[in-house]
Amino acid sequence: MKRILIASAVLSLVACGGGDEGGGAVDTTAQGGGAAPAAAGGGSVTGSVTFTGTPPANPTIDMSEEAVCQGKYASTPADPEVMVTSGKLANVVVHVKSGLPAGQTFPVPSAPAVIDQEGCLYHPRALAVMVGQTLQIKNSDAVLHNIKAVPTKNRGFNISQPRAGMTTERSFTTEEITVPLECNVHGWMHANIAVLSHPFFATTGADGSFTISGLPAGTYEIEARHEKLGTKTMSVTVPATGSVPANFAFTATTS
Amino acid sequence: MTALRPARRATSGGLALGLVTLLSIAAPLQATFAQAAPRGKAVYDKWCAECHGVNGAGDGSAATYMLPRPRDFTKAVYQIRTTASGELPTDADIRRVIDEGMPGTAMPGWATLLNREERDDLVAYLKSFSHFFSGAAPTAIAIGRAPGGSDESIADGRQAYTTLECAKCHGEQGRGDGQSAPTLADDFDQPIRAADLSTGWNFNGGNSVEAIYTRLRTGLDGTPMPSFSDAVDANVVTDEQLWHVAQYVRSLSPREAPRVREVVRAALTTEPLPASPDDSAWNAVERFWVPLVGQIIIKPRWFSPTVNGVWVQALHNGQALTLRLSWHDPSRSPDPAWDEWLGRMAASMTTADGPNATQQGSDRFVVQFPERLGDVVEWPYFLGGDSRRAVYAWRWTSDTNAVREGRGTGLGKFVPHGSPSLAHAAVFDQGAWRLQITRPLVPPDTTRAPVFQTGRAIPIAFFAADGSNGEDDVRGSVSAWYAIYLDVPTPPRVYVAPAAAILLTAGFGFLVVMQAQRRERTSRRSTMEVTS
Repeated sequence: MKRILIASAVLSLVACGGGDEGGGAVDTTAQGGGAAPAAAGGGSVTGSVTFTGTPPANPTIDMSEEAVCQGKYASTPADPEVMVTSGKLANVVVHVKSGLPAGQTFPVPSAPAVIDQEGCLYHPRALAVMVGQTLQIKNSDAVLHNIKAVPTKNRGFNISQPRAGMTTERSFTTEEITVPLECNVHGWMHANIAVLSHPFFATTGADGSFTISGLPAGTYEIEARHEKLGTKTMSVTVPATGSVPANFAFTATTS
Repeated sequence: MTALRPARRATSGGLALGLVTLLSIAAPLQATFAQAAPRGKAVYDKWCAECHGVNGAGDGSAATYMLPRPRDFTKAVYQIRTTASGELPTDADIRRVIDEGMPGTAMPGWATLLNREERDDLVAYLKSFSHFFSGAAPTAIAIGRAPGGSDESIADGRQAYTTLECAKCHGEQGRGDGQSAPTLADDFDQPIRAADLSTGWNFNGGNSVEAIYTRLRTGLDGTPMPSFSDAVDANVVTDEQLWHVAQYVRSLSPREAPRVREVVRAALTTEPLPASPDDSAWNAVERFWVPLVGQIIIKPRWFSPTVNGVWVQALHNGQALTLRLSWHDPSRSPDPAWDEWLGRMAASMTTADGPNATQQGSDRFVVQFPERLGDVVEWPYFLGGDSRRAVYAWRWTSDTNAVREGRGTGLGKFVPHGSPSLAHAAVFDQGAWRLQITRPLVPPDTTRAPVFQTGRAIPIAFFAADGSNGEDDVRGSVSAWYAIYLDVPTPPRVYVAPAAAILLTAGFGFLVVMQAQRRERTSRRSTMEVTS
């Protein structure tokens, strides 16, 4: 038992080291949850995530206890568990699951990944950060939010943001897919953060599209992960320069 | 794992073998740790594993009977720390909880049960359950000294309590009845109460201003209570304001746990009895704290009751006895806002004694006396009496706001009388019930209800239930037997005799002084005559 614990502690230290060493500033065009820096290579993976069939109905949220938030919605708000627009699926984290050279470390994106609390919901609901990358948490609501991260491999945190405009920065030390975020003042608020040991990830927006850039040439397994719909993987071979397509399709029966 | 098995099965005879095995496994660790942790295992297996589990995962055989659940040490998430949110606790933090326990939970303090070395060894062993402790030692955050606790600072603290929205969970009066309170769950998805800030003697980690401030700065990891350190850093709240919040919270409770007295005194009054539970006359009436604990004797037992005590006040006027009973309960049951809470409770608590309630019932309060109050009182069984010796009881329920008077032969075995003689009124006020019940000292039917005589100790006991917590007539909180004593009307001679004694003494003293003065004057005159 103890040997296993020690071994895993050593492993996690190695993982931390990877992040810490890659702390140099890198230009990046990170937005809406983090995009990859063009640092290691000239290849990229581009695609879109679609959803076919009738998406499950999102549960409505009773926000009557929080007039400030309820006032931001014209009708009863729903918990955005599955967001489909014209057949495109949002809030899918797409990332390189395997295929990167063993032992190689990558620079940490210097731009923070941003998550906002507005209308008593998280925006975005799903995002990815690299180990060591700054996660910036904003409160755009004039109410008290607490932000509790409940990881298992990382240390969690539980911080209060009693004012609109307050921002707090945190980071993670170990790869973990995924770390749940929750607000206990508003029990319906949930988000998920994928913490990755490399910068090759993207999150889909309303148009379902994504681009993972800066990849060295090679064959990779790409995973698309949705909180409710599960995961899909695909193998792609990325050229030294140029883009390779990868399209993922979720259906109503996917679990 | 295999190597550990013999040690785990070991009784005292096999302990040495277990220690040797463990020592060999722990060899690569630091020397002190290598010795302390295995020694700690022996202590742990004997005293802690029943609840916290042999592997420290909080899954001991008693765990499902408890709420909050025993700590899962493998997660290394500790509520009571002096370190920032998400940080590990210091050794001193862990040691303090071992020493002092977690008031209001099943975790007792071990300071008097285990010696210093055993408790130090336990700290080392608990840390060995998580790899997180293999990193750098955590450091405590700097806590200054509390600024003066004047009335102004308490008022400032109340202001900040409001702007920081503490009331969202803890409620306007701090009784744990905020609007988010019914939805709260801990990291393990178990229901968790927002602390009742007016029962400071139950605070985990202590009730001093410094302790409360520390909780505000560090948060209580694993629970919904966040840290406000980032808010201080961002100037959303000043450090001084946070101290004032701590002072305000401190001011909501008595400094010490209320003293428990065996006898509740019902003073005699010549004024009219208070007309309602909120009559200001009650403010001048002495109050008696009666602790209540979960009913864990008769099945179905209940291990996580809401109500932990009741303040009892009593008055009589020679004609009638009136009681005011005040207790905290965050919900006025049944209340749909608490459906989510009840669902979590039903899923959380053991069903060893039968299914848990899935529908909210009424809040209940029962006051019981022996059915017969003769010259020799035979006390009935304290849990609602039994068929041999019944209790005479007053049973109040919140849904109908009615008090029934009747006969009890055990918990849940209550038969109301036909013609009740009780008057009552109940008020629910932000997480607190106040119930007043009045009855003539001599009831209309003395064959079924006892006469309350003055000048003698009348056995009395209490039962409370919170319908939103899945409680009913058996699952709830109980007290042992206490006594209520109705003051005897004072006979006139009590007033006359002392006055006469005072007059006599004064008169006699006056005579003695007069005589002494006369003697002195006489002697002085004769001396003067001699010298001249």
